[in-house]
Amino acid sequence: MKQEMTGAEIVLQSLVDQGVEVVFGYPGGAVLPIYDTLFKQNSIKHVLVRQEGGAIHAAEGYARSTGKVGVVLVTSGPGATNVVTGLTDAMMDSIPIVCITGQVPQHLIGSDAFQECDTTGITRPCTKHNYLVKDPNKLSPVFHEAFTIAQDGRPGPVLIDIPKDVQFAKGNYIEKEKIIIPSHRLFEPEIFHNDDKINEVVDLISKAKKPIFYIGGGCINSGPKASALVSQFVEMTEAPATMTLMGLGVIGSSHPNSLGMLGMHGMYEANMAMHECDVMINIGARFDDRVTGRLDAFSPNSKKIHIDIDESNINKTIKVDVPVVGDVTNVLNKIIQTWKDRKLTTNSSDLKIWWDKINNWKKIDCLNFSNDEKEIKPQYAIQRLYDLTKDKNTFITTEVGQHQMWAAQFYKFEKPNRWLTSGGLGTMGYGFPAAIGAQVANPDSLVIDIAGDASILMNIQEMSTAVQYRLPVKIFILNNEYMGMVRQWQELLHGGRYSESYTDSLPDFVKLAESYKAVGLRAKKPEELDDVINEMINTDKTVIADIWVSKEENCFPMIQSGSAHNEMVLSKDQKQDESSAEKGKILV
Amino acid sequence: MNKSVYDSPESTAASKRHILTVLVDNEPGVLARVIGMFSGRGYNIESLNVAEVSNDEHLSRITIVTEGTSEVVNQIEKQLLRIVPVHSVSNLDEEGSSVEAEVALVNIDLNDSNKKKIYEVCDFYRARKIENENNSIIFEIAGASERINRFIKEVNQITKIEIVRSGPVAISTYKNTKED
Repeated sequence: MKQEMTGAEIVLQSLVDQGVEVVFGYPGGAVLPIYDTLFKQNSIKHVLVRQEGGAIHAAEGYARSTGKVGVVLVTSGPGATNVVTGLTDAMMDSIPIVCITGQVPQHLIGSDAFQECDTTGITRPCTKHNYLVKDPNKLSPVFHEAFTIAQDGRPGPVLIDIPKDVQFAKGNYIEKEKIIIPSHRLFEPEIFHNDDKINEVVDLISKAKKPIFYIGGGCINSGPKASALVSQFVEMTEAPATMTLMGLGVIGSSHPNSLGMLGMHGMYEANMAMHECDVMINIGARFDDRVTGRLDAFSPNSKKIHIDIDESNINKTIKVDVPVVGDVTNVLNKIIQTWKDRKLTTNSSDLKIWWDKINNWKKIDCLNFSNDEKEIKPQYAIQRLYDLTKDKNTFITTEVGQHQMWAAQFYKFEKPNRWLTSGGLGTMGYGFPAAIGAQVANPDSLVIDIAGDASILMNIQEMSTAVQYRLPVKIFILNNEYMGMVRQWQELLHGGRYSESYTDSLPDFVKLAESYKAVGLRAKKPEELDDVINEMINTDKTVIADIWVSKEENCFPMIQSGSAHNEMVLSKDQKQDESSAEKGKILV
Repeated sequence: MNKSVYDSPESTAASKRHILTVLVDNEPGVLARVIGMFSGRGYNIESLNVAEVSNDEHLSRITIVTEGTSEVVNQIEKQLLRIVPVHSVSNLDEEGSSVEAEVALVNIDLNDSNKKKIYEVCDFYRARKIENENNSIIFEIAGASERINRFIKEVNQITKIEIVRSGPVAISTYKNTKED
């Protein structure tokens, strides 16, 4: 049934039709008609952020913790340009977002009007797709297509730019069931799904002597069933499995086959196993440079299987032997079925030799750090945080830097969708708004942003949002007064010249929390840590816990830029060889 | 291989010219999406041609001449397919058999001393004179790019010219290659 409505009403009706419950946004001149319509309804909740960048990260946190689409509503010009970082972040980490931006009225487009910018032009490379809607009758088809595209295939952000006159104009609303999206605009996996490929995959795995699973964020995006299937198949093959930063939680940390995270700050045993394996099974990961290290020395003797929903990831940086393009759940279902039908197994005696080797690498105890009685070691702080929160229903977000890597190393995840961190883009300031989004979606859960003192200041204004909506988000700051990871690189690669990486004039985080009418806590010594963590958990309010940690602690183990998996540095005393160090210096 | 922050172990593969034809929905911004992908990811465009090919279905065909190793061109094709309004991408060099043609317009500085020679060259290359109200001497030549290159080289040796070229368009010679 067609109904005449204003453009703004069509926007709201489309959101309702798509099952949207929450919108994160910030009003402004070019979206006033939509905000006016929002005012007159009760089905959609709006969360007012304090800067648009906070809105999109909050939507990302909402999307990641629920698997649903995160929705953002901002105005034209600066409203739109402030979401660019978040859109790029969502693009890199494959997070489904629909971002609605206001635009100046059509007759002013191109006139350098107040708060005008070429939003679709600016966001074209950082969205999966974007639209400028010039006709109110096209609004509902565009919205329904946008929600489909955001979630379809490899998820990502979609932006819809709506001139103000289109928000006022009358048009017809079309229900989502009546919208037919041409197949070429969507992901079409079936052409790649053939049984020969699946047979090749299972043959390779069953004959492997030293197999390893390399598991990425694609397994999380594929839905909770994918994680269960991955764990099931790993168990069937008895092979070891390592996860990327994005894949943490797919297989539980306590699972006997899990080797934990791999890559630049990953586990020694995981990287060594990747280097020495004979068959690598990449499920939903993309051979990111933080994972591979030096390409010409990456897992030199293995046959590589790559399961990915995005065909452009196949052979992008690493040449693979058996590519399978498809959704992890579908592909794994087929693989497991074929494995069972053909009654395949791996060779237990070969696997035993392989596991013995891995267990020897484990003995290195690569996360070992020397604890201190006077100072809180950052690793120890995360260990305690984990021990005191592991039995609760917890979501962890992070900012970007040393604290992020320590969190990835020392916080143990047993379930998918519990770990929200900016991997691809590495966006400082992501964690706090993401925690707000996750808390909105999961009001009864414990949501903790593990932060650094530098990162947290990038979106500190969202304290006001958290307090306004009574969101009991916990900010756990590992405060070393440095941009820790920058300082670490300067120490290792730039002769210890700490150029601009010390943060002078940090705020008093306790007073800062109090000024927002939140709770501020501080731990300066190891013996104060547990009490602070417990008080933080038991306070039903927004809390900043300012944890003073050792100032110049480095994050190890580390594959320094320019090195390979088998050249991990375990401590400061172990130097990278000079030629790799020189080459590595120019890399990111 | 391809691009990464790390040196690639297999970057010695031969680089050659490829013609890609891309069928797209003719909607606002589609050309910007295609060329933005090239510039954003650091690929080359030697020439580019775009025009609507089906009015009722709003389809356009973009012909792109690019240069790269087969790995790079393969990656370009896959990146193009990620763009939502793209229907299909064909690499005409890989399909084996295709014909290509381009058009050039040449404004020639003609006088009594070079007139005869120039007309001979134009005749030989079947370049056609286009009449115009300013009575300047403008020739149109269509065909394979190398043929146009040779024509331009010969005329250039005789006199000063101004050239505009369309860049090649190309089509597969297989029958019934209806796409989508």
